[in-house]
Amino acid sequence: MDKAKSMMDKKGASGPFHVTNGQAFHANGSCCSGSTFSSSSSSGPNSSSSPSSSSSSSFEASMHHLHRGEDAECNGSPAKRCRLRKRTESVRRSRPPFPWFGMDIGGTLVKLVYFEPVDITAEEEQEEVENLKSIRRYPHLKRKTGVRDVHLELRNLTMCGRTGNLHFIRFPTQAMPRFIQMGRDKNFSSLHTTLCATGGGAYKFENEFRSMADLELLKLDELDCLIRGLLYVDRVSFNGHPEGYYFENPSDTQSCVKKTCTLDNPFPMLLVNIGSGVSILAVYSENDYKRVTGTSLGGGTFLGLCCLLTGCETFEEALEMASKGDSTNVDKLVKDIYGGDYERFGLQGSAVASSFGHMMSKEKRDSISKEDLAKATLVTITNNIGSIARMCAVNE
Amino acid sequence: MAEFVRVDSSTSSHTMDKSIILPPDEIFRNLENAKRFAIDIGGSLTKLAYYSTVQHKVAKVRSFDHTSKEATNDNLYEISVQEEVTARLHFIKFENAYIETCLDFIKDHLVNTDTKVIKATGGGAHKFKELIERKLGLKVDKEDEMTCLIKGCNFVLRNIPHEAFVFAKHTESEYRFQTTQPDIFPYLLVNIGSGVSIVKVESEDTFERIGGSSIGGGTFWGLGALLTKTKGFDELLQLASKGQHTSVDMLVKDIYGGSYGSLGLTGDLIASSFGKSATADKEFSKEDMAKSLLHMISNDIGQLACLYAKMHNLSRVYFGGFFIRGHPVTMHTITYSINFFTKGEVQALFLRHEGYLGAIGAFLKGAEEDNPNQYSWGENYAGSSGLMSVSPDMNPMQRARSGTFDMLEMDRLERKLVNLPLLQDASSYIPDTVDLIEDAPAREYWLFCFEEALDGVVKRAVASQPDMPEAAERAEKFRQKYRHKLQTLRHQPFAYGSLTVRSLLDTREHCLNEFNFPDPYCKIKQQENDMALKYYQKAVKALDGLSWEQRQFALVRGVLAGNVFDWGAKAVSDVLESDPEFGFEQAKRQLEERPWLVDSYDQWFERLKGPPHKCALFFVDNSGVDIILGVMPFVRELLSRGTEVVLASNSGPALNDVTNGELQILTKSIAAMDPVIQSSLEQDRLILVQSGSSSPCLDLSRLDKVLAMVVRERNIDLVIIEGMGRAIHTNYYAMLSCESLKMAVIKNSWLADRLGGKLFSVVFKYEVPITDHLSVALTP
Repeated sequence: MDKAKSMMDKKGASGPFHVTNGQAFHANGSCCSGSTFSSSSSSGPNSSSSPSSSSSSSFEASMHHLHRGEDAECNGSPAKRCRLRKRTESVRRSRPPFPWFGMDIGGTLVKLVYFEPVDITAEEEQEEVENLKSIRRYPHLKRKTGVRDVHLELRNLTMCGRTGNLHFIRFPTQAMPRFIQMGRDKNFSSLHTTLCATGGGAYKFENEFRSMADLELLKLDELDCLIRGLLYVDRVSFNGHPEGYYFENPSDTQSCVKKTCTLDNPFPMLLVNIGSGVSILAVYSENDYKRVTGTSLGGGTFLGLCCLLTGCETFEEALEMASKGDSTNVDKLVKDIYGGDYERFGLQGSAVASSFGHMMSKEKRDSISKEDLAKATLVTITNNIGSIARMCAVNE
Repeated sequence: MAEFVRVDSSTSSHTMDKSIILPPDEIFRNLENAKRFAIDIGGSLTKLAYYSTVQHKVAKVRSFDHTSKEATNDNLYEISVQEEVTARLHFIKFENAYIETCLDFIKDHLVNTDTKVIKATGGGAHKFKELIERKLGLKVDKEDEMTCLIKGCNFVLRNIPHEAFVFAKHTESEYRFQTTQPDIFPYLLVNIGSGVSIVKVESEDTFERIGGSSIGGGTFWGLGALLTKTKGFDELLQLASKGQHTSVDMLVKDIYGGSYGSLGLTGDLIASSFGKSATADKEFSKEDMAKSLLHMISNDIGQLACLYAKMHNLSRVYFGGFFIRGHPVTMHTITYSINFFTKGEVQALFLRHEGYLGAIGAFLKGAEEDNPNQYSWGENYAGSSGLMSVSPDMNPMQRARSGTFDMLEMDRLERKLVNLPLLQDASSYIPDTVDLIEDAPAREYWLFCFEEALDGVVKRAVASQPDMPEAAERAEKFRQKYRHKLQTLRHQPFAYGSLTVRSLLDTREHCLNEFNFPDPYCKIKQQENDMALKYYQKAVKALDGLSWEQRQFALVRGVLAGNVFDWGAKAVSDVLESDPEFGFEQAKRQLEERPWLVDSYDQWFERLKGPPHKCALFFVDNSGVDIILGVMPFVRELLSRGTEVVLASNSGPALNDVTNGELQILTKSIAAMDPVIQSSLEQDRLILVQSGSSSPCLDLSRLDKVLAMVVRERNIDLVIIEGMGRAIHTNYYAMLSCESLKMAVIKNSWLADRLGGKLFSVVFKYEVPITDHLSVALTP
């Protein structure tokens, strides 16, 4: 299951878009894990142009206009330019009022993207200042629940003819009722009646948004959004740098290096979205994809098991512990069983034979560190996802 | 990884239990002449294998020498009980704690000194190497686990019918046994030990580990022990069977509020295993966490297995290893997972003797010079414990099982058994008409019926050996053993594969043999044969006097009336026992008038007007009146028409069925009276072959190789199957590629009732394969 929550974007500095095993997978399409922020943020709430119910068509239309708008500023014949200008103006007229944001309500985390125009007019400022402040301030006010990933901020983007920065904010899904409460307190509905949302929570919390905050959710399919978001961040790039990266020589700790990459010729690709659970998609084009399979062993499992095993409370804490641990104290390796490689089957002695296999022994259970347990949990989950993804890539 | 090594000392093998006293008669049988030992030491269980030769008594018939005919009686042949030596494989499974006691026991009872090495496999083999070498004075020769596992797997799949089963919880019959496939390859074996190995097996010697996973039984145990502070694997399973995973796992509905419709994901699906436990302010019950863990691991393994099956285009996937080992809980979760991921396209298959595979394989490695794979082997129901459920939810007291020694014995069959080449579709052929696992009322009835008949069988067994004073004691042991089997089957109908009337009859035969009652009916058969022979000429003469048309019907009625003489059917054995004069003519009067319950006599009659058959294969039933006054005249008519006849009879005794040995003698003496039979024998137009079976029923997929060869050489175009055991309990629905005739009299009122008839109703089923009609119809 795709929970639209990325382990990577919580890792902090590593950025939201990650290509694993780069080269090995490039031929079949990249194996990506990305934050599924919704590019629908660019279309904004659809208050004027079309009713919220016709979600996908209005969404399509706004994307289409957006592209044309960009074209208009770059090239084209005078006549064409003229036509486009008209269209751009019409876009501008139908452009939704600020603030523009989209949210992805996953099983564990809510991800919010918010476009902050920097070319803001005084008039607009006057009009929207209160809401903007509340949005901007929200994470700071709720320091404990919400985090704005400042390092992920995309600067100087052009959207619907406006220039601005794209902010990334996240907070636990558990805090959703409080967020809706805030929406009511700040009277969001005075400016918007619809809010673009994806992820399971768009369905789960729809009624609460409506009844508590008088807000309609424009529900967008999370996998549609995932693919759009991925292609969008790749296209706009990360403040001038490629968004994607992979590790070269991943099995060799000495020579393993991180390399950036772009999705120049992305299709077909396998998209592995690791949220609370995992969804694996085969993507043939921007609009043509299928969910190949998924697994329930995902980020939620890593965090859930870490909490139970180590008593940690946050993802950051769990990862921090994992980075210090040694999983070979927990896992039983091939060499622990065979004394070395299992040559009959070409298995290296260092391969994990049984995850948590050493924990069958009471003595070892009693002497194990939390860090080792966290690391073993991480290795177990990531190896498993890698294994399933590889099989899917071969089968597809 | 294939096997696992238990390191947990608290429950481990280090704590040797020396106080146990083994019941030697029952456990390490035939050690005196045992050879070729093999041992598979797993994490908690040891499996020992050896080969022995078993001496048991067999009844042999021999014609009297005509020159010395002034002998004491006027019997046609004499019966002698002889000792016969057959080969048997013994497999014993016990907890590692008893390993030392067992080794001591073996040492004390081992007479054969030829044995120099013991083949060993399993993760624990190296740990006990020194102990074994010291105790037994044998050199431990270690064999690769996976090779042993696969060898063992091939062996059981080939030799044990109903070895593999599908597990369906919450259904009438949880265990659905699969019929043996003529070709067992290719298949996927998913061995779930501490880790998981996924092996593709393409032939006897070609297999490849195509993948695996580190998330296996060790993960369940290790992680489970950490989470629940529960030490043992079994306790963990028990916890899991009581838990609710929904309190720990994040479901689709926890995220969506319902289902994720556009992807067809239902709300109850697990979106994230342990997804709800990522919180500090909540306690989770041990049961719930164990359940969630079990689901997580089973689903993951199921998913990988499906991906590999798809990648290699394999539809048969067997699961084994200590994670499975007969535990209904894990069989259920694996089955569920496979169904989910393949949408029912692939079935998860489990094996009854899964725990023995390594030991069997190691044994086979060591016994290569005996060529065990050249023979067919049969599971000995008397000496095998059958599949016992170790389910925590079915058997909460299972800690008490630690003293249990589980056994499997397999007899080497004299002949290699193969399919009847005339089966329309060998892969879908199911010999048995009713599966008593699925049909509860029928099961109830037949178990009762066999229990009821037990006294009579015991009496008969004692009477068959009047010169042996200890016969009564042995018969009593037989009674206990068979009654115990019946009780086991009452509670665990799945214990020996599909439960059928045939398996109940065969089990009884095995138990009788076990206590040296090789042929309780030999004397009765002898008497009846002698008596019936006296009437043969008269009967033939009467038939010859009839018109052709009348004769055809009289012959059929003769076969049917002869079939009433049957000690296997309770209703009849009562009559026979009380009234030995019950005659052939009386039997004819007992028969149902036409139209019979199943009646295609008219079609048969029409067919007889046509050209004669090239060659008929006749599976005969009882001795005495049946074979001599019923079958033989019928055969005679076929021969006269120009049809060759192959008479197939049992290789060994079963009830009062005529054996090949008896039939040889009978046919000779009939030939002496009847020139038609005489000349046919001389011209090789009438031949006698053995079926390879010693059962009152008939499994057309396990027949003597020679019979199959004869069938091919002679271009058989008619198969006749006679009697309730062969044509009703089995083969009633068997589809053959040539014409077939199934004839039987229903001599059981319950069965008659079930089939909509009454006692002595007649089944006369003449069938022409549909494909013939089709091909005719399709030909312009």
